[in-house]
Amino acid sequence: MADTKKSQKHRSVTRGKWGIIFLLPFALAFFAFQLYPLVSTIYNSFFKNFRDGLTQVGPEFIGLENFKTLFQDGLLLKYAGNTLIMWLIGFIPQILISLLLASWFANHRLRIRAAGFFKTVIYMPNLIMASAFAMLFFALFSDIGPVNAVLESMGFGTFRFFSSVWATRILVGFMNFLMWFGNTTILLMAGIMGIDPALFEAAEVDGARPGQIFRQITLPILRPILLYVMLTSMIGGIQMFDVPQILTDGYGSPNTTSMTLIMYLNQHMYSKNYGMGGALSVILLIMTAILSLLVFKFMVKKKED
Amino acid sequence: MARRKVHVYDEKGIKESMGLTGRRIIAHTVLIFLSLLCLFWFYMLFINCTRTNAEISTGFSWLPGTNFIKNWTNLKNGSIDIFTGLRNSAFIAIASAAFCVYFSTLTAFAIHAYNFPGKNAIYTFILMVMMIPTQVTSLGFVKLCRDMDLESSFLPIILPSIAAPVTFFYLKQYMDSSLSLSLIEAARIDGSSEFRTFNKIVLPLMKPAIAVQAIFTFVSSWNNYYVPSLLLTKEEKKTLPILIAQLRASDWQTFDMGKVYMCIAFSIFPVIIVYLLLSKFIVAGVALGGVKE
Amino acid sequence: MKRVTKLLSLGLVLMMVVGMLSACGDKKDENADGATTGGKVLNIRVWNDEFAKRMRDHMPGYTVTDKENPLGGGMLGDVKVVFTQVENKGTAYQDALDAALEKQGDAKDDEKVDIFLVEADYAAKYIESSYALDVHTVGLTDSDLANQYQYTKDAVTDSNGVLKGVSWQACPAGLIYRRDIAEKVLGTDDPEKVQEAVKDWATFTATAETMKGEGYAMVAGYDDTFRVFSNNVTSKWVVDGKLNIDAQLKAWVDQTKEFTDKGYNNKASLWDDNWSSGFYPEGNVFCYFGPAWFIDFSMKAEASKSVAAQGGWGLVEGPQGYFWGGTWICAAAGTDNADEIKDIMLAMTCNEEVMTNIVKKDNDFANNKAAMEAMAKTDYTSKVLGGQNPLSIFAAAASNVELKYISTYDQGCNESFQKAMKDYFDGVCDYETALTNFKNTIKAKYPAITVE
Repeated sequence: MADTKKSQKHRSVTRGKWGIIFLLPFALAFFAFQLYPLVSTIYNSFFKNFRDGLTQVGPEFIGLENFKTLFQDGLLLKYAGNTLIMWLIGFIPQILISLLLASWFANHRLRIRAAGFFKTVIYMPNLIMASAFAMLFFALFSDIGPVNAVLESMGFGTFRFFSSVWATRILVGFMNFLMWFGNTTILLMAGIMGIDPALFEAAEVDGARPGQIFRQITLPILRPILLYVMLTSMIGGIQMFDVPQILTDGYGSPNTTSMTLIMYLNQHMYSKNYGMGGALSVILLIMTAILSLLVFKFMVKKKED
Repeated sequence: MARRKVHVYDEKGIKESMGLTGRRIIAHTVLIFLSLLCLFWFYMLFINCTRTNAEISTGFSWLPGTNFIKNWTNLKNGSIDIFTGLRNSAFIAIASAAFCVYFSTLTAFAIHAYNFPGKNAIYTFILMVMMIPTQVTSLGFVKLCRDMDLESSFLPIILPSIAAPVTFFYLKQYMDSSLSLSLIEAARIDGSSEFRTFNKIVLPLMKPAIAVQAIFTFVSSWNNYYVPSLLLTKEEKKTLPILIAQLRASDWQTFDMGKVYMCIAFSIFPVIIVYLLLSKFIVAGVALGGVKE
Repeated sequence: MKRVTKLLSLGLVLMMVVGMLSACGDKKDENADGATTGGKVLNIRVWNDEFAKRMRDHMPGYTVTDKENPLGGGMLGDVKVVFTQVENKGTAYQDALDAALEKQGDAKDDEKVDIFLVEADYAAKYIESSYALDVHTVGLTDSDLANQYQYTKDAVTDSNGVLKGVSWQACPAGLIYRRDIAEKVLGTDDPEKVQEAVKDWATFTATAETMKGEGYAMVAGYDDTFRVFSNNVTSKWVVDGKLNIDAQLKAWVDQTKEFTDKGYNNKASLWDDNWSSGFYPEGNVFCYFGPAWFIDFSMKAEASKSVAAQGGWGLVEGPQGYFWGGTWICAAAGTDNADEIKDIMLAMTCNEEVMTNIVKKDNDFANNKAAMEAMAKTDYTSKVLGGQNPLSIFAAAASNVELKYISTYDQGCNESFQKAMKDYFDGVCDYETALTNFKNTIKAKYPAITVE
């Protein structure tokens, strides 16, 4: 036993060079296209570096001045809050419904009819470009749009969705939900695929209830994929940009309550402010890393329990 | 003892089957509702394709208009070359998706199946790369491409997809849950080279996951607007999202929402086809569940 | 396949390193000043097909390759004309143009930018730089330009008094009113009498009250009168490096807030569905503000049921003169096609006959005093305006427009100010908060401006 283990280890070490060879394309592409932009972003965060019209100002080393400015005016915190709120509005229903759908599809006793059709359709909103999607949303919820026509005919009067803080936030969350819940469901389904149906059958024969089966069998096996979904959704959430950007024309209206962190970053790019933009990026990067680490710790610890 | 057990089982069975019918009804209702919610946008898009600019500005309609052919001819003969756009988009999206899934699987396999010094550090590093906001580095990226004289080239749009940490991470997670190392060991004993093992054994086994990621990459590449719009300024290199933005930004003199919607529909149509073709893998993949090992 | 890709990536890395080294190594002259002649390709930077169409229809000696697709370019004599279009969304057009201009010194002759177009809101950015050439360098003389409206020259004259662009159109604007509503509420649809009811802002507001009494909205929304006020400012957005809010802009805020609270408008924003619903008979909007292009292209004249299609609008000067829009042609420093640029500028912006044809064919208002004043006396009429000849009103307005207070920051400031104030009009926040939001936007967008 110990002997085979040893020899296995030995063999995998000699084969290790193949691992490195297989990593080369990734490494080359990364070094060619991502490293320089990343390094220059961090580098620039310590510099005054922007345009005034067509005149280049800087680069001039100013230490942590950019970071100080960002933390001083308090906007960063406000926009981080907005981002979090709008992410949660979309993500909570997204993960719940995706789990529910995935477990339904995996449950053979439910005998979902036309399952192939449903599985296919739920991802389709993701095929529409965010900008085109936003156009349709706009038309639908505008002051004289069909939704308001219905409200009017029911005697509620016109509701100005895009002038209401919560309506705007909910619409942003809803649109994100629509665009991504199919994606998440597909990912989870592909994960459930790895589960042996015999496991379910055995559990059912033993008289396990659906809730028990889900908690005891489905969830644990799904954990790696779930970790993936949690992490990528969170990172996507921190980077939320296109939907609120298009729906509010880049201003996070009303009263900057739907302004996200990346929208703020985008404002700095108006005058090619690589200094402030870089500083904001570094903050985002650190924030993402910390949050990702927490998710990682939480999920991996659970696994050990 | 035995009798009692059967009795309990029966009672439970009846209860269960009633509960099951109820759950089936709920599940189907929810699924139908969600599907309508998903398909509605395509219907709305189609309706708007059939209406004139003026009709669209007066609001929504459930019934199609009569301007479908006119919008199509306006778009086809208009100032933008949608067929070139289609060709460019297709080339970029197919190449990106192919590069992305192949090399991401290779990278994931490298981490999954081999041991070498610094492996964990590299794994962590790739995950860190995933956290870099794309908007953050895109301007530096564009500057880099301009310095390398790669403006108006497809290379800087396709090649970076080789290093796609998000796809890598998914495939790695998938391997963790369903790629058994004993299979690879078996192949080795049969004398298969490492590279051949990857191509002939690992890739086919990863098909469901690869199909999923291929769709995702294809779609996001197809809809990618920001970086291509900064790089591809030559008419013959523009992709469909750039052309749509161009139509939408054309000033009020030539502004025609009917044409814009037609252009959007025209650019979504191929994705739907590709998706429907590939989605068979997803659906079938799920049905095949458990065949592995 | 894999090997090929690896080689490619390796090649790219090398290229990158070499590129970075060479970028550091040879610092050439910033940009080749001045202009030369004899180039074989004329590169024109545009954001839409308007200029390409004008060229196709009016430029003598120019043959377009594909009539249906003016942006496809053509031949001007033996010089190939190539249009590069980048959409005018956000700053995309400017970003691409800036990048091209910065590389001008190193670019191959056939890829050099020769002509680029600019709009008033950001013209100053290019005019104050060395990238735009003095039009006299290209070969235009003061007498060639004598008939152009002064404001169209002021917009593209730098702080040293050098003229760096020309335009084929002038965009003086007026007040466009619904004839049937005027008839019903004011008892007349005669332009002269309607002008009495909107002759200054106080009268305008009084008329708004009357309109409200009859169930009509004076204007569609928040932004309609913005340009009227912002064109009549007496100071720049930025004074001595500091953000400055002119009294006229505050007047716009106060008026619009009053109009909103009293129900004189429909709370619409420019170009949205609610705003354009006033273009149809069921709409209740009394008037819009706009120049010639607005009347012809934006009021949905192509829709048979619209008020415009039925000729139901009238035009008067309104409370204050102003302009809206316009496109200027600039010659790029370092061009190798000075002769062709001169020909285009002369033909498209100085030639009286071409100017007259532009009005006839495109219902635009051309940048030529003599031609416009002559045409004002002809039987030229506008269908949208129910047979009214708008040219005399536009001609008078064009002569009155003054443009002394433009700055490099106008685009971002104007847009951000309107957006921020919308929250105040909507009642989402008070004026102070809206102002703070505006200032925060400016801080982020223009780090060069000091904001207090």
